[in-house]
Amino acid sequence: MDSKKIVDAKGLACPMPIVKTKKEMEMVESGDILEVQATDKGAKSDLTAWTRSGGHVLLDSKEENGVFTFWIKKG
Amino acid sequence: MTITAMKSAELVKRIFNKDSLFILDVRNKEAYEDWKIEGEHLDYLNVPYFDLLEGVESIIDQLPTDKEIVVVCAKQPSSVMVAEMLADKGLDVFYLEGGMKAWSEHLEPVKIGDIGEAGEIYQFIRIGKGCLSYMVISADEAAIIDATRMIDIYQDFAKEKGVRITHVMDTHLHADHISGGRKLAKASGANYWLPPKDATEVTFDYHALQDGDTITIGDVVIDIQPLYTPGHTVGSTSFIVEDRYLLTGDILFIDSIGRPDLAGKANDWVADLRETLYSRYRALAGELLVLPAHFMTNDEMNDDGTVAAKLATLFAYNHGLQVADEEKFRKMVTENLPPQPNAHQQIRDTNMGKVNPDMEEQREMEVGPNRCAVQ
Repeated sequence: MDSKKIVDAKGLACPMPIVKTKKEMEMVESGDILEVQATDKGAKSDLTAWTRSGGHVLLDSKEENGVFTFWIKKG
Repeated sequence: MTITAMKSAELVKRIFNKDSLFILDVRNKEAYEDWKIEGEHLDYLNVPYFDLLEGVESIIDQLPTDKEIVVVCAKQPSSVMVAEMLADKGLDVFYLEGGMKAWSEHLEPVKIGDIGEAGEIYQFIRIGKGCLSYMVISADEAAIIDATRMIDIYQDFAKEKGVRITHVMDTHLHADHISGGRKLAKASGANYWLPPKDATEVTFDYHALQDGDTITIGDVVIDIQPLYTPGHTVGSTSFIVEDRYLLTGDILFIDSIGRPDLAGKANDWVADLRETLYSRYRALAGELLVLPAHFMTNDEMNDDGTVAAKLATLFAYNHGLQVADEEKFRKMVTENLPPQPNAHQQIRDTNMGKVNPDMEEQREMEVGPNRCAVQ
């Protein structure tokens, strides 16, 4: 996927994956895609909920070797 | 102002004392609605931490000034972050140490009563998950029934009491939590007992709980016969301890009954469940104190925090024991069942020794409430 930027939140515990994602999201334009990588299991449900509450769109996500990757389109 | 850590043990004591507390739960909405801290005098506000990253102004007005506030999250750091922001606004707040993860793993031992000359029985209340386990003590020996995976708590308690754990048993193959039975038996050099009909696929050696057996702990006899009580699982076994206590596992709770569907066999086992509840238990003395392996809500707790009631009382009030019509009963326990517990098949596989997840995976599998009952 053509992501504008990769947010590396691997090894970080809650709330940091969302804090980092939010910060990067503020730097990109509406319609841009952020790729977020996290290893905290809680990040999955929290990022999904955060994306929705912030008016963004979760385009896709996958889990591979304990790394969760999310593609979020800025709303 | 200040933020202070509150341990799970302290929070449990306050809930038992019926203190009024305000819980600010900063997990996401789904997590909160699925599973939260329950108590008779608790008030709640759920706002995810990620909606508070810019500041807490939006919720200040919704917080009480006359009640202690405990901020709760999944593992701790997010609650500390929010608590610090509230302290900056001049509030004194607590955060739950270790978050819901620690809450889920806390066991509170409460004495149920005496047995014989110098024996005692304790109920270990896992308040965050509604799991109950037991320690029967007599002379210098102890038996543990339905141990959770936090086995150090039983070991420490036995040490404190100056007893050695000689027998460990599970009333059935659990589907809602990971049993610590095998691990505890091994660590203590004790015998591990399991109903053989639940153990057909297990990968380890065990002592088979059979009709007619008795297990003796010091001067106390734990009767297994004749209480083979299938229904929740095909092997579910009850114990009578010294003609005073009836340990019912997941067959009979205080205000509900066991669900027969966690191994996918609701229709096959419903008749067994009925037979157990309406005939086998009916034949026992009403004076027996029922000690179940679970509770669903804090309403099932007595004032001292224990979860126990006389069998006669349950026959008078437990909804699951009032359904005279067999067909109605069958419908009740096979239709409209609550969602199954998180990862129940993985938990069964772990309890059978087929898989060996690490500690972190075990925690994840146990997230959320137990859902063993039909109400």
